[in-house]
Amino acid sequence: MKSFTYARPDSLNEALALVEEFGPKATILSGGTDVVVRLRAGRVLPAIVIDLKRIPALRADIIEIDNHLRVGARTVMADLVADARVRSRFPALAEAAHEVGSMQIRNRATLAGNICNASPAADTAPSLLVYGAVVNLVRSTGTRSVPLDRFFVGPGKTVMERGELVESIDLPLARERRGSAFARATRRRGVDLATVNVACLVKASGQALFAYGAVAPTPLLVSDESGRLTERDCREEEKAGILESLISHAAPISDVRASDVYRKALLRILSRRVLGSAIARLQSQEGLS
Amino acid sequence: MIATPAQPVTIRFTVNGEPCSAKVLPHYSLLDILRNHLGLTGTKECCLQGECGACTVLLNGRAVDSCLVFAVEADEGEVLTIEGLGSKGKLDALQTAFLESGAVQCGFCIPGMLLAAKYLLTTNPHPTKAEIQDGLAGNLCRCAGYYRFIEGVLAAAEANP
Repeated sequence: MKSFTYARPDSLNEALALVEEFGPKATILSGGTDVVVRLRAGRVLPAIVIDLKRIPALRADIIEIDNHLRVGARTVMADLVADARVRSRFPALAEAAHEVGSMQIRNRATLAGNICNASPAADTAPSLLVYGAVVNLVRSTGTRSVPLDRFFVGPGKTVMERGELVESIDLPLARERRGSAFARATRRRGVDLATVNVACLVKASGQALFAYGAVAPTPLLVSDESGRLTERDCREEEKAGILESLISHAAPISDVRASDVYRKALLRILSRRVLGSAIARLQSQEGLS
Repeated sequence: MIATPAQPVTIRFTVNGEPCSAKVLPHYSLLDILRNHLGLTGTKECCLQGECGACTVLLNGRAVDSCLVFAVEADEGEVLTIEGLGSKGKLDALQTAFLESGAVQCGFCIPGMLLAAKYLLTTNPHPTKAEIQDGLAGNLCRCAGYYRFIEGVLAAAEANP
């Protein structure tokens, strides 16, 4: 591995000054489960690696604040999966975080890192999208909040500007009844990237949100406002028709993991499956125990 | 802290209960330091991508792939490797259970497997078979001795309160 300069700032101000100074020449190190692999392979050759793990202002926990759950920039997947509030109120996110890598990876990988990588296949992105997650960004001159559905720009690209860091991710706590679920398909069980992943959220009003991963340059959020999907008299053919029109927004590519045609076929099956789980949860009002 | 390619920095950490220090360059992994500087070769180097789990150690009580951690990140941390799993002259219950269930074939994956199992039992003292499979999913065994690992972990868990 080519060596690099390593900086471990103790304060947020110090870190923000460094990311401002070095811009695209800096690589941010948080959990490192992705970055270290890329550094070792020489796919990134940064002038400086900035480690965020000793900055108290970037929290490593989940707090409840102003009708949100706030996930700190340093919060790791394992802690999301284990959190009772996430499991009961945001079960699709707990399910998605649990699919990330292995136990060892989930002990290091952060939710913020997963989002900042902006992989079209990021496992947590579809769930965050259906829950209306908001990314809180910070820079030396101030802060701004970006809804996740406007955060991704393309593979590996986000709206983040030079000098900005993710401070936290907010999950709005809903008052209305809802049910949600996540599913993904991989080539093998265990450590693998998603061939396709899907999250679904249905509301008592009948509105249904779906978010698809790995079928477009960015994770894709779509919604059905007809209210039909949750109706008991909605026949399978009618459901299939609605799902098909939602799926038509996806534009998958063929790559090492699957062909475009296969991805569409998986999307059809996974959509039906997560819709079924989400409706069951809406009716039983239960998240994960 | 700032470390540069030209100037090694000294990190201080605890390995298997013993205070240690090492001079490291920024790109050295925790795995490099354990094996090449401290001579703790029980931790195995294999895929270097976080896929196989052979380099699993506990860092501050959590199972991690030491190939994905830079040594500088372990500064002030606490590391447990396979060499520190048992106490002097006495095997850990998991090691005994692995031996008794015949879980060890070529042995290469075993240090990582044991530390992943150790972490699993710390967080979940009585795992189900499915939970063991899930907990050990990040550890590959090319001898494919998975069935016996599960037996070994179940046996070791029986002794837990």
